[in-house]
Amino acid sequence: MNGVHDMGGMHGLGPIAPEADEPVFHADWEKRVLALNLTTGAGRWNIDAGRHAIERIPGPDYLRMSYYEKWFTRLGMLAVERGALTARELETGKPEGPKLTPALTADRVAAVLAHGGPVDRRIDAAPAFEVGDAVRARNLNPTGHTRLPRYARGRTGVIDRHHGAHVFPDSNAHFAGEDPRHLYTVRFTAPELWGEAASPRDAVYLDLWEPYLERA
Amino acid sequence: MAHDHDDYHHDHGQDPPSDMALRVKALESLLVDKGIVDPAALDVIIETYEHKVGPRNGARVVARAWSDPAYRARLMADATTAIAELGFAVDPGEALGILDDFVTLGGHLVPWPVLGLPPVWYKAAPYRSRAVIDPRGVMAEFGTRVADDVEVRVWDSTAEIRYLVVPQRSAGTDGLTEDQLADLVTRDSMIGVARL
Repeated sequence: MNGVHDMGGMHGLGPIAPEADEPVFHADWEKRVLALNLTTGAGRWNIDAGRHAIERIPGPDYLRMSYYEKWFTRLGMLAVERGALTARELETGKPEGPKLTPALTADRVAAVLAHGGPVDRRIDAAPAFEVGDAVRARNLNPTGHTRLPRYARGRTGVIDRHHGAHVFPDSNAHFAGEDPRHLYTVRFTAPELWGEAASPRDAVYLDLWEPYLERA
Repeated sequence: MAHDHDDYHHDHGQDPPSDMALRVKALESLLVDKGIVDPAALDVIIETYEHKVGPRNGARVVARAWSDPAYRARLMADATTAIAELGFAVDPGEALGILDDFVTLGGHLVPWPVLGLPPVWYKAAPYRSRAVIDPRGVMAEFGTRVADDVEVRVWDSTAEIRYLVVPQRSAGTDGLTEDQLADLVTRDSMIGVARL
């Protein structure tokens, strides 16, 4: 979706302003939100659906909210959409219905964090491109989730690396299956993306799935 | 509840709890009461991200790569396996890519197990919007001036491959031990925005 989250190349969003000796968390509630997302999400949603929920926060709210405020909003959205809570429970804070069993218990946290959730997959289809091929990012404007930034659409680059097949976010975010596709790193020169004023020595590398690409 | 209330005042004096603190508390209570969340699991997760992962892990990877050419070669060939040698595992959904250049900006996603949770500026709109279009200007704000004839590469990581930059080793560090070298490696140098 063409949301405000896809902000690469925008101007006017303020100074970067790094904070000296920044703490890991700025408030106790931020820690709780992080951990509540991981525990509630276990077995209920995936990383792509999680990202897409944050993208679905209305643009003006998205720009105003802090990072963990967005995580808090996402938690409520997905808890209801995935049937963990009803909208009324979220509203009133009062539990109804039968008590459930936690999907992620304390004794399993270390193993789950260490194991992670690898997204590389084996598929039968041969890769359509090889390193060195010229490719164009297709001009796609889906209303659902995608990882193809707007600034790259219609631009031509060169395949720099092939990573095998990875879970395809455009499908997985909507619980429509993993649909693994070949993934490539594509090198775009800065002038191709930003015009002739950009340094011809500079480049942006993007990890792009095969359905985003066509032969140039 | 009384215990949490005491903690709160311990941390923040007499300020009333913020709106967000109250809203998060209410949602946490609901999720625990419903049996969706094991409260002890929350504590283990917080302990992990607050104290066990962080840029010190990545600094050890960089120091080993500087000290041991064979390790560096393994790291470049298969970063995920090479960091596991040092006891670090990649995070949910990730593979790890290593970028061997100080003018490389590893963008957009950081590998939590070796860099820790990213700083606020890294996740905020100003950096996310500018890194791809004005990497030289962004690096200049972090004190890194890159000569015009040097190539700058930005990796806007759009998949689950997270990137760690192995910065150029500082001059005059020949006699240092791996531990001493690790002390020199900053998080920002592994993101790529700063030089050592």
